[in-house]
Amino acid sequence: MARRQNSEINAGSMADIAFLLLIFFLVTTTMDVDSGIARKLPEKTPPDQNIDIIVKEKNVLDIVVNRNNQLLVENEFVQVTDVKRLTMQFIDNGGGLSAPKDGKPGEPCDYCNGNKLPTSSDHPTKAVISLQSDRGTTYGMYVSIQNEIEGAYNELRNKLALKKYKRSYKDLLDDYKNNGSESLKNKIDFLKDSYPQIISEPEPIK
Amino acid sequence: MSKFKKKKKGLPAISTASLPDIVFMLLFFFMVSTTMRETDLLLKKPVLPTASEVKKLEQKSLVSTIYVGKSKDSRISGDKIQVNDKIIDVKDIPSFIFAERAIRSEDEIKFMTTSIKADKEANVGTILDIKEQLRDINALKVSFSTTKGTNLKSNY
Repeated sequence: MARRQNSEINAGSMADIAFLLLIFFLVTTTMDVDSGIARKLPEKTPPDQNIDIIVKEKNVLDIVVNRNNQLLVENEFVQVTDVKRLTMQFIDNGGGLSAPKDGKPGEPCDYCNGNKLPTSSDHPTKAVISLQSDRGTTYGMYVSIQNEIEGAYNELRNKLALKKYKRSYKDLLDDYKNNGSESLKNKIDFLKDSYPQIISEPEPIK
Repeated sequence: MSKFKKKKKGLPAISTASLPDIVFMLLFFFMVSTTMRETDLLLKKPVLPTASEVKKLEQKSLVSTIYVGKSKDSRISGDKIQVNDKIIDVKDIPSFIFAERAIRSEDEIKFMTTSIKADKEANVGTILDIKEQLRDINALKVSFSTTKGTNLKSNY
């Protein structure tokens, strides 16, 4: 009896199999990275609690947008591209004292570069952005305004970061994501506390 | 005169031995860099607005997505909301979030994010209704899904 020779396995169809798998994965998977504007919603207060917080008129930046996507900032007709500048001017004004904290009296804003107008916000920690939209406003417009407000805060934080730590805000955030050390967290928290995002969204216009 | 016999004409065959390797490489690349498509859209694909100040969503497993857009049937007007594989009413959003929470562990719940993928032509009213429902059940982390870009003019 002749011994059977171990013949080699034919690998010619290997490519076909791999192609089949490749096409399967191409069809069933997606590649898009989900990114967007992150927002934290305010917590609901219990209905029996009266939470009327009194804020001075000058500490509120009124942004109103109607169903035709037209914008009013402090009762003046503006374009979306102006929102960032106006918001920055408003937040960074620093015309007065900060809110008293932990029994300490309020202090003037020593890092603001604003015009210190008495008619605009007192302190970044007091400045409230109020964004009132109509139910009929398009979502694209709404996101654009949110984006501009976010941009204003980011730019102000960035300026302070460059002045204080000689690094950009984005740099610090990236670094913190890669190796979260305590000192970095403190720096970022300081920047965030210096320019806290206080955005109020009242009931929409019906 | 065998010395002057003409050489055999024709090109030698290209070796295809490394073809499987190349294809496997491609396959692994796609397997690693993509994610499984989780839902079939019942709406018209939302055209996301553009924004420049975007943050990437980390931890995809903790993201629940809500789609807002027009119905595929052009006779039906108004915004429709889709989660998973069905179109739902605004009032059903809490139960969707509870279902999402139920399949995750206790300590992951506070990191859960709701991503709203809405068409740029959608009404803000619908979005605000969704936000109100999310507030009711303390699902406070929200991300408005956008494409990254600087041309805000295309939004409106």
